[in-house]
Amino acid sequence: MRTYAGHSTARESNELYRKNIEKGQTGLSIAFDLPTQTGYDPDHELSRGEVGKVGVSIAHKGDMHTLLDGIPLNEMNTSMTINATAAWLLALYMAVGEENGVDRKILQGTTQNDIIKEFLSRGTYAFPPAPSMRLIADMIAFTVDEVPKWNPINICSYHLQEAGATPAQEIAYALSTAQAVLDQTRAKTEEDALPRIFGRISFFVNAGIRFIEEHAKLRAMGRLWEELGRERYGVTDEKMLRFRYGVQVNSLGLTESQPENNVIRIVLEALAVTIGRNARARALQLPAWNEALGLPRPWDQQWSLRIQQILAYETDMLDYPDIFEGSKVMDELVDELAEAARAEMAIVAEHGGAVDAVDYMKTQLVESHRERVRRIESGELKVVGQNTYTSSELSPLQQGADGGILTVDPQVEEGQIAAVREWRSQRDQAAVDDALTKLAEAARDESKNIMLPTLEAAAAGATTGEWAQTLRDVFGEYRAPTGVQEAAATDDGTLAELREEVERVSEALGRRVKILVGKPGLDGHSNGAEQIAVRARDAGMDVVYQGIRLTPSEIARTAADEGVHVVGLSILSGSHRELIPTVLRELKDAGADVPVVVGGIIPRADEEELLATGVARVYTPKDFEISRIMGDIVRLVAERHNVAAAA
Amino acid sequence: MTDGSELGRRLRERDRSAAAAALNLIETRTAEGRDQTVALLAEVSPAALGGEAPAHLVGITGPPGAGKSTLLSALVKEWRSRGQTVAVLAVDPSSKRSGGSLLGDRARIEHDPRDDGVLIRSTAAGTMLGGLAPPTREAAQALAAAFDIVVVETVGVGQSETDVADLCDTVAVIVQPGSGDVLQFLKAGIMEVPDVLVVTKADLEEIALRARRDLSAALRAVGARDTPIVAVSSIPPPKGIDELADALEAHRARADVATSRARARRLAALAEFVIEHGESALRALGGRRAAERLLAELDPALPVAELVNKLEAGRS
Repeated sequence: MRTYAGHSTARESNELYRKNIEKGQTGLSIAFDLPTQTGYDPDHELSRGEVGKVGVSIAHKGDMHTLLDGIPLNEMNTSMTINATAAWLLALYMAVGEENGVDRKILQGTTQNDIIKEFLSRGTYAFPPAPSMRLIADMIAFTVDEVPKWNPINICSYHLQEAGATPAQEIAYALSTAQAVLDQTRAKTEEDALPRIFGRISFFVNAGIRFIEEHAKLRAMGRLWEELGRERYGVTDEKMLRFRYGVQVNSLGLTESQPENNVIRIVLEALAVTIGRNARARALQLPAWNEALGLPRPWDQQWSLRIQQILAYETDMLDYPDIFEGSKVMDELVDELAEAARAEMAIVAEHGGAVDAVDYMKTQLVESHRERVRRIESGELKVVGQNTYTSSELSPLQQGADGGILTVDPQVEEGQIAAVREWRSQRDQAAVDDALTKLAEAARDESKNIMLPTLEAAAAGATTGEWAQTLRDVFGEYRAPTGVQEAAATDDGTLAELREEVERVSEALGRRVKILVGKPGLDGHSNGAEQIAVRARDAGMDVVYQGIRLTPSEIARTAADEGVHVVGLSILSGSHRELIPTVLRELKDAGADVPVVVGGIIPRADEEELLATGVARVYTPKDFEISRIMGDIVRLVAERHNVAAAA
Repeated sequence: MTDGSELGRRLRERDRSAAAAALNLIETRTAEGRDQTVALLAEVSPAALGGEAPAHLVGITGPPGAGKSTLLSALVKEWRSRGQTVAVLAVDPSSKRSGGSLLGDRARIEHDPRDDGVLIRSTAAGTMLGGLAPPTREAAQALAAAFDIVVVETVGVGQSETDVADLCDTVAVIVQPGSGDVLQFLKAGIMEVPDVLVVTKADLEEIALRARRDLSAALRAVGARDTPIVAVSSIPPPKGIDELADALEAHRARADVATSRARARRLAALAEFVIEHGESALRALGGRRAAERLLAELDPALPVAELVNKLEAGRS
C-alpha cells in the first residue's frame, strides 16, 4: 500500500515523502507534472499553468537530489509514473544514486514507460511511435543487466478503459502493446534474456463498476498472458509466466453529481480485483471520491486508503482459497472475454502490431466511448445520481470553506522558472553541450543504446527540456491520431431537432455554423474534446479540431483565420485559471470576437471567476448531456449574430 | 453586412488582417453576401490589379495518409525562409449525412502562430462530389492578391485534381511509396499528368527508390518524361523540400499563367452559369461549345461574375 503523490516543488514533495516514510511507508510513488512528463522545461511556452500542477516538477539533476534528499535509495522501492521521458528520469535517479554512493545494481523500482497508451489516451507522448518504442527497448536492454531489480515497463490498460475501452479491447490492446515491446526488445538482447524480460513486465489494470465481468477480465488476461509467454516467447518457468498486475480502479465512472456515491462505486470496484485469489491484484490504488470535482485533499486520500484496510483486515476475503474455482458462470465469462480479446488482437496484428495499429485502436476507442456517452445520455445506461435518482439533499461534504478540494499555489511556477534559469547559468556548459551532442549521435544510430549518453547528460546537468529537445530534433515532432475522423455518426433520431436548429441558424448566417474545439496546454486527456467534436459534426456544424497540446496563440490564430463562430476549450488538468484568460486575451488580439465555452474539471469557485473574465459558459462532468451543450452553443452563436430565436 | 469592395481593396494592398473576413464573406451564401463577394472579387480581378495576380497558385493533392500535412509544414517553412508569404486552403471531404464536417484534423500544418506571413484555412468540400466548391476558387483568387503563394490542398487521387488543375498554376500530386493508385491512374489515363510528382517518406530508401522508378516508367509510357519527380522526407533532417520548392517555382516560370487563368475563369463562369440556370439555359445559348466560343471572344481579364453576366445576356 502506497499513495500516489508529488506536487509543486521537489522540496515540498520531499517533505511529504519523508513524512510518509516515518509513518511506515516503504515505497515511493512519484507523480510528475506535465512539463516533466512531456519533456519541457518550466520556462517553455507550453508549460504555462502546468508547472508543479499534477505532480512534481523535475527539470534537472539538482531537482532530483532535492526530491530524494535524506531518503535511503538502497532500501526504497520507487515507482515513477513516467512514460515518454522515462529514460531521462531513470537516468536522473541513477545519477543521484551514484552521487550518494548507491550502486545502480541495487536500485529497485518501476518506470511506467507504456507509450502506446499515451498515444491512445493520456497524451503525454514526446516522440513519434517508432523512436519511442526504441527508447523503451534500449531501456529494457540496459536495465536487464545494469539495474536488474528495476521494472523498466508497466503496461497500462488502465487508461484504455478511461478512454472508453470495452473489457475485450482493454485486454487486447494491453497485451498487443506488451507483445510489441517484447518483439522490439528481442532484437536488442540475447535470446536467453527473454524469459527474464518477460517476467519483468507488469501491468496496470483498470476495474469498472460491472465488477463480476471485471473480475473475469483479469482472469482472462492472466490466461492470455501465459499463452503469449509459452507460445510466442518460449517461456517455460511458471514464475516468469505469472501475470503480475497492479490496479487503479475506474475514475471514468465517478460522478460530479452526488459525489459521495463514488465511495460506494470505489468499494465495489476494489472488490473486483481482490475477491478471487487466483486473479488478485498485487498492488491496489484507489481514487478519491471527489476526483470529478478537483484535486483530492490528504483527507480524501486517507478515506480511500481506509477502504483497502477494511477489505484486508475486517472482511474474511483473505481467509479463503479462490472462491470462483469451479464456477460455471465465471468460466464461461472468462472464455467469452478471452475469445473476444484474441479476435481483437488478431486485428491489431493484421495492422502490423500495436505500433502501426495506433490509428486503428484510437478510432475504436473513440467509437466505444461515443457509444457509452450515447447510452448514458439516452438513459439506457443508468448512473445513479446522474441520469436517474437525481434529486438530492444538500451534501455536507462540500460545505467546507475549500469546497471539498485542494488548490495549488500558483507561485510555484514562477519559482521554478527562475530556478531552472539559475541552474543553466551555474553549470559547466561545455560538458552539457558535449553530452547532448553525443546523445544526438546515439539517437541517429539505431545500433547504439540511448541510455548511456542519457546518463552522461543527466550527470552533466542537462535539463529535461534539453534532453527531450535534442531527441525531438532527431526523431521529429509527433501528433497522435485524434480518432475522430472515422467515428460513426450518432443517428438515433435524438439529434433531429438540434440539426434543424443548426441548419436554421446556418442559413440565417449565410454559412454553416463553425466551431473550434481546442485543447490548450499540455493536458492530454482528450476524450471529452473528441466527443464534443464528433457530436458537433453530427449536429451539422463545421468543426475544427486539431488535437492536443496547442498554445493559446495557436488557438487564437486558428480561430481567427478559420473564421469560426464559437470556440470550445477543454482542460482537465486544473490549469484553466492560468490558460483560459490567456486564450481570451489572445483571441481578442487576433481579432476573433467570438463566444468562448469551457469544459473540464472546474471547481465551482473557478467557474464564477471564468464567467467573470468573459467565458460564456462553463461545463463540468455533471453536464453529461452533450446534445444539450450543443443546443447552448448554437443559441450563443445565434444571439451573437442577432439571429432571432426559433418560432 | 461586410463591405466587399473595402475588403477587396485591403487585400490588394496586401493587408493580411482582411483575409479571414474576406474568406468569411466568400463563404456566405445569402443574396447580399453574394453581391458583396462579387464586389470584393472585382477589386482583386486582373482589371483592378492591372494584370494577373502575381501569386503562385499551387495545387497539392494526394490520398489520405500520404503525409500531406507534414510535407506542407516543411514546405511552408521553406517558403517562409525564402521570404514568401503563404496561404493554404485545405479542402476536406465533408460528412454527407448531417452536413457537418470535421476539419483541420488532417491538415494541422505546423507554423508559428505569430507569423503574419502564413494563413491556414480549412473548408468543407460541401456538396460538390469530389470537386472544388465555388467558394474555394473565389477564395484562392482573393488570397492571390495578398499572398505570394496560395496552396489549394485536396484529398484524393482521381477526379478532384482536374478541378485543382483548372484553378492552379502548378499541380503537385503526392505519392506514398507502396500505394499503387497513382501509378494505375496515370497508366490508365484516368488521371491527368500532374506538373510535379512528389514521393513522400523518402527515408524508406529502397521503397521510395522503387516508387520513383515505377513512376518514371509510367510517365514515359504516357509520353510525359519531363515531369519532375521529387523525393522528400519530412523526418528530420527534412530532405528534398528545397528541391520541391525549386521544382514548383520552375514550373511556374515556364507556365503561361495569363492564358491558363483566363481559361480557368471561363470554365468557372460556365460551371456557375449551369448551376444557376441549368442545362436548359445552356441549350438556349446553342450548347456548351457555342457558350465557350462566346466566352473566348470576350476580354480575358474580365472577372467570373462579368462572364456569367455576358452568358446570361447571350441567352435572349
